[in-house]
Amino acid sequence: MDLRVEHEIHKRRFSRNAGLGLVLAAFVALVFGITVVKVNIIGDVPEAYNASRGLTNEGASE
Amino acid sequence: MRPSKLLPLTDPEARTRAVDAAGSSQRGTDMSDMSADKSITSGFEYEAGFGDYYALLKPRVMSLVVFTAFVGLMVAPVSVHPFLAFVSILFIALGGGASGALNMWYDHDIDAKMKRTMNRPIPAGKVTKEEAFGLGCALSGFSCIMLALAANIFAGLFLAFTIFFYVVIYTMWLKRLTPQNIVIGGAAGAFPPMIGWAVATGGVSIESILMFMITFIWTPPHFWSLALFTKTDYADADVPMLTVTHGRVATRKHILAYTIPLAIVTLGIAATSIGGWAYLITSIVLNALFIRGAVQILRRDDAAAEADDYKVERRYFKLSLLYLFLHFSALLLEAGLKSFGWGGF
Repeated sequence: MDLRVEHEIHKRRFSRNAGLGLVLAAFVALVFGITVVKVNIIGDVPEAYNASRGLTNEGASE
Repeated sequence: MRPSKLLPLTDPEARTRAVDAAGSSQRGTDMSDMSADKSITSGFEYEAGFGDYYALLKPRVMSLVVFTAFVGLMVAPVSVHPFLAFVSILFIALGGGASGALNMWYDHDIDAKMKRTMNRPIPAGKVTKEEAFGLGCALSGFSCIMLALAANIFAGLFLAFTIFFYVVIYTMWLKRLTPQNIVIGGAAGAFPPMIGWAVATGGVSIESILMFMITFIWTPPHFWSLALFTKTDYADADVPMLTVTHGRVATRKHILAYTIPLAIVTLGIAATSIGGWAYLITSIVLNALFIRGAVQILRRDDAAAEADDYKVERRYFKLSLLYLFLHFSALLLEAGLKSFGWGGF
């Protein structure tokens, strides 16, 4: 079996794998970021809801 | 088996055969298939790099999608969290790229025949059409779902409709059927600012429809001017471009016929909530230049155009790029000025 290294193919294969790895890492970071932002936005809703009824968060929890 | 490097093939027919053969040789692994393709796979094997797949997403078209979607999002009256705005634009761009990959998958035969497109990844033998189809489908579903999650369901559905419109209505159905193909195709490219607006507001409005109209009416004269100075390409590929079906004189008339309503629409936007003095002045200047260019094109015949290597047509084409960019830039400027309490009238 010929184990000769074919540089051009290996180079392209590496670029493809490295690119895909970076894309996946970026995707994880994006989903994490979206989650943090969404949770923060949703976290504001009860405050707004309470405020519309003249309550504070402390008062609502009691 | 991977497709061989097909770059040396300069004959369009040979390129088309080679691309088809590369796809079929991947599906079948028996020796008869391999020997049948021996004439074209006798070179060294080619393995696509990351950049080849990226090229499938039509990065230049994607930049237009990103810019107009960004403007649509920024001029909307509802503010969006900066990170959500960023990822929304990213997924809109990805959806645009996915439709580009599907377009290249379906059009690989005619791409191999046109000088402008014969170096795209599939006709160049860098990526198989099956790979392009898979990438396009995967990214389409992914981008729409992620946009729906990041922004809202309406924006996600709107992106899905845009991809469907571009791939099925334009690429598969009308592109090879009617000389008005570019008019229909222009609609697909015009949706991004509406999607950007939908990301912020969750709906549509007169402003977003007018932003759609800018690119929609701008696309035909932009491409027809291109078709005038790349005249043999579309005929070679049997694409019923207006220059082929109705002649070049009719095309010159059509360019002016679209330039005038385009001026009306772009000037009309100045009167909406996203317009203002800065936009109005920009639009007046650009429309004056654009109409002048269209009139010059109308007054010329092909003999005069060939004499100076389509100088006027090329200038109009370049101006059209600037025209679109500066109109959307002016809208962005107005939005920026308004945030300081200035823009508008």
